[in-house]
Amino acid sequence: MSDAATLKLTRPFVTPEGVDLRLQLADASQRAGAFLLDAAIMFAVLTVASILIAILGIGALAAAGLKGGEVIAVLWLLGFFLLRNFYFVGFELSAAAATPGKRVMGIRVAARDGGRLRPGAIFARNAMRELEVFIPISMLFAPTMGEGGIEGWMYLLGITWAAVFVLFPLFNKDRLRAGDLIGGTWVVRAPKRKLMRDMADEGAERLQRYAFTLEQIDAYGAKELHVLEDVLRQRDRKTMRAVADRIAGKVGWTRLPEEDDYDFLSAYYAALRRRLEARLLMGVRRRDKHDTAR
Amino acid sequence: MIDVKVDGRLKSQRFRQEREADWKRLERLMEKVEKGSMASLSEEEILAAPVLYRSALSSLSVARATSLDRGMIDYLEMLCARAYFFVYGSRETLRGQLAAFFAGGWPAAVRSLWRETLVSVALLVIGALVGAWLFGQDAEWYYAFMPKEMTGGRDPAATTEMLRSTLDGSKSSSGLSMFATFLFTHNAQVALLAFALGFALCVPTAMLVIYNGVMLGVFFSLFASRGLGVEAGGWLAIHGVTELFAVCLAGAAGLKIGWSVAFPGERSRLDAAAEAGRLAATVMGGVVVMLFFAGLLEGFGRQLITFTPARYGVAAATALVWGLYFYGPRRRAKA
Repeated sequence: MSDAATLKLTRPFVTPEGVDLRLQLADASQRAGAFLLDAAIMFAVLTVASILIAILGIGALAAAGLKGGEVIAVLWLLGFFLLRNFYFVGFELSAAAATPGKRVMGIRVAARDGGRLRPGAIFARNAMRELEVFIPISMLFAPTMGEGGIEGWMYLLGITWAAVFVLFPLFNKDRLRAGDLIGGTWVVRAPKRKLMRDMADEGAERLQRYAFTLEQIDAYGAKELHVLEDVLRQRDRKTMRAVADRIAGKVGWTRLPEEDDYDFLSAYYAALRRRLEARLLMGVRRRDKHDTAR
Repeated sequence: MIDVKVDGRLKSQRFRQEREADWKRLERLMEKVEKGSMASLSEEEILAAPVLYRSALSSLSVARATSLDRGMIDYLEMLCARAYFFVYGSRETLRGQLAAFFAGGWPAAVRSLWRETLVSVALLVIGALVGAWLFGQDAEWYYAFMPKEMTGGRDPAATTEMLRSTLDGSKSSSGLSMFATFLFTHNAQVALLAFALGFALCVPTAMLVIYNGVMLGVFFSLFASRGLGVEAGGWLAIHGVTELFAVCLAGAAGLKIGWSVAFPGERSRLDAAAEAGRLAATVMGGVVVMLFFAGLLEGFGRQLITFTPARYGVAAATALVWGLYFYGPRRRAKA
């Protein structure tokens, strides 16, 4: 995702302690992916459970006659009802506030006002799925309603209806589904993120061997620092060579033939970061190399 | 300007190294919470979580102001967000939430929808009257409103004797639990639909409620026209009091949403919709419970209790119970 797209989905979110957490909303593809995963899980559970229950049912019919079959039918009806209406509610009521599909996509439900996520809100946002998903589906699979063109029109109506609700999140800036609107919720990104290695760890050690002058370090700003960080993380030999030559050329550093690209780059990274952070401490943030902020 | 220290490490590097263990500990706690539940945390961990959260939050503030280690800032942002949801999230267990729902949340929500409930009941009654009037004009209207699979031979073409026999309840008790389950799931689905349809500015919900009323009207008039009105009344009322009340509440919930979306008043449309949605959803949670009881009454009660006065007695009892539960005076909830 590009920076502009990320910024568009970032919302200020100030905790009671006064820190802005800058929540990022889940984008449409993550929402769709999560839903399709959940739908697949529900479908799989329904299929497997139905087969199991059918086998049990045949056994029960043989063993206990009609009474046995009845219990099995009740189980199936109730199970289907619970799966259809409480799969989403049940999972979203848990501490992770996410269905398995959402967990995989690294997103979760949150209250729009920043408060507690109440059971009523979760129920409301998922009861609307009845309108968004199940009606169009049952329309499409309904038995033929009379002869002629009626069926075709029903299909068209069903598809239009579904399209309106499926595309609903694309037409508002907060990516709200009709259910989110009613529930007062939104879906935010909350991926499990590991703490990445600090690239300065290696650079600081190598810095002793490189004596950059202040002018050489001052050639770049924070934006270039972050690009350099990415290059160091990926550690692709060709890219590192190109970047190292570029930096050496720009700052006027004479490179020795036996000098390792990675060593040079990580040392420069550490030096640049130290310089920029020292200025940051004084309240000067240099965004990029064109920034002449003093 | 460049800060020269004996160990050559950067300030931001030292800052991170000194606090990393705490962050990792908070991360492990959050993983545990998200996987299982509150119960999986020990007493000590529950007490530690908010402290760790606040220290991570202050680390984040400092890091944003002084560090250019982007990996660390991104990590802290996400960690703090996860911890925020835990620290300020719901701490109640499912059982506690259910208890609060039945003890006060549900009846209070039902009471606050009294206007919509009245409208919904009025729509049902109007529908029933229209149905009865249409049936009086021409019995053929019956077929227009009652789907074939629902009548089970109970239509104007049937003899009075046959109609009477359908009111007796089935002869054998087998199949009752399945029947009850089917009724419950079917009705609950329709009720949820009535709720969701409210989003379309009330109209479909109102139509659904009126349609239910019309069905009731034509059905009752068919039996009344053969002099079976009292018996049919008992047959309907034993579960109908609960079921129709639930349908009216579902309609009321739908109307509330549609109305708030259409006329949000002084609040923003989004806020109005969210507030109405939460209230209406609380009512709907209860409607599902009511329909469960209605299904039991319809599937078992009606088939096993065939004496008409007894059916009316059960109907009156359910009306009394629901009425007292929702609208009866109660002690003020603790603030």
